[in-house]
Amino acid sequence: MSIPAEVATAVKAAAPKAPAAPVDEITLIANKWKNKRGSLIMALHDLQSRVGYVPRESAMKLGHLMDVPLARIYEVVTFYNYFKLEAPGKYVISVCLGTACHIKGSAELLSGMEKELNIKEGQSTPDKEYHLQAVRCLGCCGLAPLVSVNGKVYAKLKTNESHHVIERIQIDKPMAVADAEDLAD
Amino acid sequence: MKPEELEVRAAAELAKQQAFDVRLFTCSSRGCQSSDALGVIAGLKAEVKARQLEGKVQVNGSGCMGLCSKGPLVRMCSKTQKDILFSEIKPEMAAAVVEQVVVPVLAGSKIEKPGGDLGQHTLDLNDPFFTMQVFSVLENNGKMDPEKLDDYIARDGYKALRKALGMSAEEICKEMLASGLRGRGGAGFPTGLKWDLTRKVPSEVKYIICNGDEGDPGAFMDGSVLEGDPHAVIEGMLIAARAMHATHGVFYIRAEYPLAVERVEKALRQARAAGLVGKNVLDSGWAFDFEMRLGAGAFVCGEETALIASIEGKRGTPRPRPPFPAVRGLWDQPSCINNVETLANVPLILLRGAKWFASRGTEESKGTKLFALTGKSKNNGLVEVPMGMTLRDVVEKIGGGTDSGLKIKAIQTGGPSGGMIPEHEFDTPVSYENLQQLGSMMGSGGMIVIDENDSVVELAQFYLDFCVDESCGKCAPCRIGGTQMLHLLNKIVAGKGTLEDIKTIRKVAKAMQKASLCALGQTAPNPTLSAIRHFEHEFTERLLPVATTKA
Repeated sequence: MSIPAEVATAVKAAAPKAPAAPVDEITLIANKWKNKRGSLIMALHDLQSRVGYVPRESAMKLGHLMDVPLARIYEVVTFYNYFKLEAPGKYVISVCLGTACHIKGSAELLSGMEKELNIKEGQSTPDKEYHLQAVRCLGCCGLAPLVSVNGKVYAKLKTNESHHVIERIQIDKPMAVADAEDLAD
Repeated sequence: MKPEELEVRAAAELAKQQAFDVRLFTCSSRGCQSSDALGVIAGLKAEVKARQLEGKVQVNGSGCMGLCSKGPLVRMCSKTQKDILFSEIKPEMAAAVVEQVVVPVLAGSKIEKPGGDLGQHTLDLNDPFFTMQVFSVLENNGKMDPEKLDDYIARDGYKALRKALGMSAEEICKEMLASGLRGRGGAGFPTGLKWDLTRKVPSEVKYIICNGDEGDPGAFMDGSVLEGDPHAVIEGMLIAARAMHATHGVFYIRAEYPLAVERVEKALRQARAAGLVGKNVLDSGWAFDFEMRLGAGAFVCGEETALIASIEGKRGTPRPRPPFPAVRGLWDQPSCINNVETLANVPLILLRGAKWFASRGTEESKGTKLFALTGKSKNNGLVEVPMGMTLRDVVEKIGGGTDSGLKIKAIQTGGPSGGMIPEHEFDTPVSYENLQQLGSMMGSGGMIVIDENDSVVELAQFYLDFCVDESCGKCAPCRIGGTQMLHLLNKIVAGKGTLEDIKTIRKVAKAMQKASLCALGQTAPNPTLSAIRHFEHEFTERLLPVATTKA
């Protein structure tokens, strides 16, 4: 005995749908931007704010979904200082080397940090806990010299107190990845 | 929203504000947020609530109130007495502010300066830092919450837009031209002329772009304006769009300013919801909307053709001009790029008139200018001064001299594109022409104070190193010239230079100035050249002794 067609349809409609495979973030990012002209940089911002850097596989996938050649992506990523090609440490320590900070001795602060963490500017500690980088200007010049750790600013530092800064970071534990922008809008 | 509704909303908001006996404004800009201004706001709110004063005391965030080095700043406004400005307030001090100042003021006392610990956190509003400034772009800061549209409307917000909607494009351009407003990004091109040129190019699609890529290290004026008064910039762009028949607006803001981006996005959402931006601007039938684009850390993107390339999602490299963006800009359409501070001036000019604006300043430089006063200055922060004020007044009176107590040696204006101005030239009035004559430039408004212990040679090296790092590499004069100049300068700093090296630096600098494709390369030698011009002895002192005697 066969089930009438209309019943079969009704049963099918009532049955719980199999959950759709979760759409991964890169697809979401690509969908958000691919129809907007010239939006590659914005898509890369979204990607980096989620992952912390621009991994090669993600760049390939994003390029594929947005129909942008990988070479174009790398052309852009390598031009702009803001984009990172390697995974940074958990705590990204940005030492501001803007002019106001420079005048107030930020070079000494940076070299103190390098000694303290035993890495050079642009490197991460072997345990991937800290990443040390120099940045141009964070726009808080009135509070020079300063460093920011995952977006949290430590201001009016003394240039010889780099060890205190590391201690304070350990106490504060700023968020590991900066707030990601809402993809829904 | 219908145009008349602006008045209704303004009146309603003003009545609401009047109902409060005391209004507290805590700077919620980037600098003060990094000293936990949000904690202070939360603390004040909690204390006001605990004392059941919510109907009498309003707790607000606010734009930058200037003295960034003393943040977080809290301003108390009361109907019954003069304002009080508190400095370096910590969240745990919020209760004391309410208990020792707000409560007595509510009870009818007059307080000039509270006693005890809080007294030490009270700034003197009669200090030259406050009295000598002239606030117009910054006049809303400290008096309204940048996150509330109605606060802006209550302070005459979007009134200028309403006026612009009743004017022809030509009339708006004429008004701007008559005001004498010039580009605040540094080059000083007359804004009205730029608009008029774009207006005259026939095209169905035109772009007005806000340049918020403040790349000068040591400058934060534009970021502060975007954070402190985002609606003013949006209104300025809407008026600019009317003046040149622009069809699309683009905000280009550096990614290092997440708070500015957030504030502008929020302001745009509010303006759209209120019908001030979108399909039917102020019920006029005119449709206009904005897009947001973020920079990604490239100083060269402040140059307009590089900025356009970046908005198009490409590497930010400049291209030769002409064609100028007014003819062929974003997506090959006519485009006008204006700086944040320029745009923030626009609503004021339209509302108060070109004459009002032109009444301040010198013959050729009108209005006010924002500066980010930093370095060894005693008072560090954001200041607004009328054009024509002497550098000495800015640095010594408003800035209060040095924090070290040492003598000021020089200031650097214009950042990596500007130059050093020695102390003996400080009686020069601030204007585009005067600063250029001194071998510097207005620039976007960074003003770095250095004292007699600082080396101008090393500062020149710092700036040149920055420009070499930021050169996009497209044209040879900038790419190769910069590197060669830096080599020579490094040699001099290391004590191995000769007089011949200084001569070569001058020669290379000339080639860069003449032959570079864009302003980055053309101006990169400026800090070094101005340092040599005004402080040559500091260079010769570092040369190899033999070389010096030979020459």
